[in-house]
Amino acid sequence: MNRSILKALVSAGLVLAAGALHAEPRTVAVTQIVEHPALDAVYEGVKDELAEAGYKEGEDVRYVHESAQANTAVASQIARKFVGEQPDVIVAIATPSAQTVAAAARNIPVVFSAVTDPVGARLVKSLEKPGANITGITDMLPLDKHLDMLQRVVPDAKRIGTVYNPGEANAVALVDQLEKKLDARGLTLVKAAATKTSEVLGAARSLVGKTDAIYLTTDNTVVSAAEAVISVGERAKIPVFAADTATVSRGAIAALGFDYYDVGRQTGKVVGRILAGENPGDIPVGGVDALSLFVNPEAAKRMGVELAPDVIADAEEVVTTE
Amino acid sequence: MLSEIALYGAFETGLIYGLVAFGIYLSFRVLDFPDLTVDGSFPLGAAVSAVLIIGGWNPWLATAAAILAGMAAGAVTAILNVRLKILNLLASILTMIALYSVNLRIMDRPNIALLSEDTVLTPWYDLGLAFHQVPVILFLIVAIVVMVLLWRFMQSEVGLAMRATGANPRMARAQGIATGWMIILGVALSNGLVAMAGSLFAQSQGAADVTMGVGVIVIGLASLIGGEAVLSPRSVFRALLACLIGAILYRLAIALALNADFIGLKTQDLNLITAVLVTLAIVLPNARHSVKSFFARS
Repeated sequence: MNRSILKALVSAGLVLAAGALHAEPRTVAVTQIVEHPALDAVYEGVKDELAEAGYKEGEDVRYVHESAQANTAVASQIARKFVGEQPDVIVAIATPSAQTVAAAARNIPVVFSAVTDPVGARLVKSLEKPGANITGITDMLPLDKHLDMLQRVVPDAKRIGTVYNPGEANAVALVDQLEKKLDARGLTLVKAAATKTSEVLGAARSLVGKTDAIYLTTDNTVVSAAEAVISVGERAKIPVFAADTATVSRGAIAALGFDYYDVGRQTGKVVGRILAGENPGDIPVGGVDALSLFVNPEAAKRMGVELAPDVIADAEEVVTTE
Repeated sequence: MLSEIALYGAFETGLIYGLVAFGIYLSFRVLDFPDLTVDGSFPLGAAVSAVLIIGGWNPWLATAAAILAGMAAGAVTAILNVRLKILNLLASILTMIALYSVNLRIMDRPNIALLSEDTVLTPWYDLGLAFHQVPVILFLIVAIVVMVLLWRFMQSEVGLAMRATGANPRMARAQGIATGWMIILGVALSNGLVAMAGSLFAQSQGAADVTMGVGVIVIGLASLIGGEAVLSPRSVFRALLACLIGAILYRLAIALALNADFIGLKTQDLNLITAVLVTLAIVLPNARHSVKSFFARS
């Protein structure tokens, strides 16, 4: 055999061996309560953010991902599985998953995501100083900015309606906050409850005559059936605003962008800091800062509202109903 | 293949769902009463005990209150059936639906966290055992105590009357048994057990959530039938033991499925696996029987 080829092979072998010794990939275990476009986007965001920070999947970082299929008993078993495997970080998406992980993990860093009220859910003592082994990203909506936007479009609206699912922890936390913010502005909140998607239409109809505008939060049940609210808005000429941009292309007038992919990107940043050696208890709970205005002038017309030219000019995206 | 913690976790959840399986054994097997109330009484137990624990009650008293609430829910289902003559399955669906609203009222919000509260588990952590072993030890003691109590109850006069009611109501009535009362008592006991499971589950998981009852009936049935397939229930004692073993086996199966990347299974497949397990457990014993009788004939 040619000597130089042999030499090359040997040195290649040495490089490979050295690589294998050097790069033991870090493990990030991700648990989410249910498969759902928004929650799946969080997972994608985490992975993309870490990839951008230089963590190459398969080489520098290894992902383990489980969904509990909306079953808390399975969520608890997933939590135990992860704790037993001792990953470098556990990412827990949505409140029930985060609570099961918090109950099972003692010494492993935990990063929760898409939890609206982390203090109410007893995950952290305070947002600024989480303490212990847990921190994360909240998906609390920037309600003040959303209400500013709403009042800019319909300044005369005094009664704001919303449809929400009283069985969804995140939705209830949002509605409570919304009520406080509206009170502070001298406006009233009119609530209509829908415990499943089939009840959303009836709930939206019950708002007719009682509200001047409708604002929808990121409530899973209501967003799934947003068309029902929008159709009521169009027939009764009540402007409907959304909290997430996807609902604007489904016929809401406007939304100040809230994207679960961005929630995931922010979560990924926190995971990166922990992988770099920071202590989770010292990292304050973060929120989403990337916001962009989406408007749908045609939808506004159908709901009896004219969007001012300056609002349209400020919009990052002008969309039409699909 | 399974880590120690995952293994203990499967036992912990299995022991809690063993109580659910006891309850479903009482309604389905003893009384022949298909009872979907359990999907509501499981979170009811969690809700009642969570509210009381937050309110400063002793966790064991809170658990006892949860059991009573569950018994009340079961009694409502049974009364709808016995007194108002509503079909048993429908009566239980009505109670289950109503309980969703009731649970929201009790908790006043969809989720109550118990993460830093004192629970029935708290004093046990001082015993020097590993963190993940504590719930298993405690819940094993609870499950065995409940099992022995149920076993003794089934041999008492009332227990025998209840079994007669389920086996042959007409004959039972002819013997002077008040079958209506037996159904009410049995379904109440059944849901008391399920509510107890919900209460313990919330305490070990750190939260009560209104959505936690989804599918409890299917998991309970899977545990019951799976246990019966492994351990043929020739006596009440063996039937109860089968409930416990079935519930633990079911949780072990899920823990394995969570680790079963090597055969391409994913958690997305869990519901399908459950359905397949239940179907196999129902079909296999009969299949064995028919194979035997086939050979006996030929």
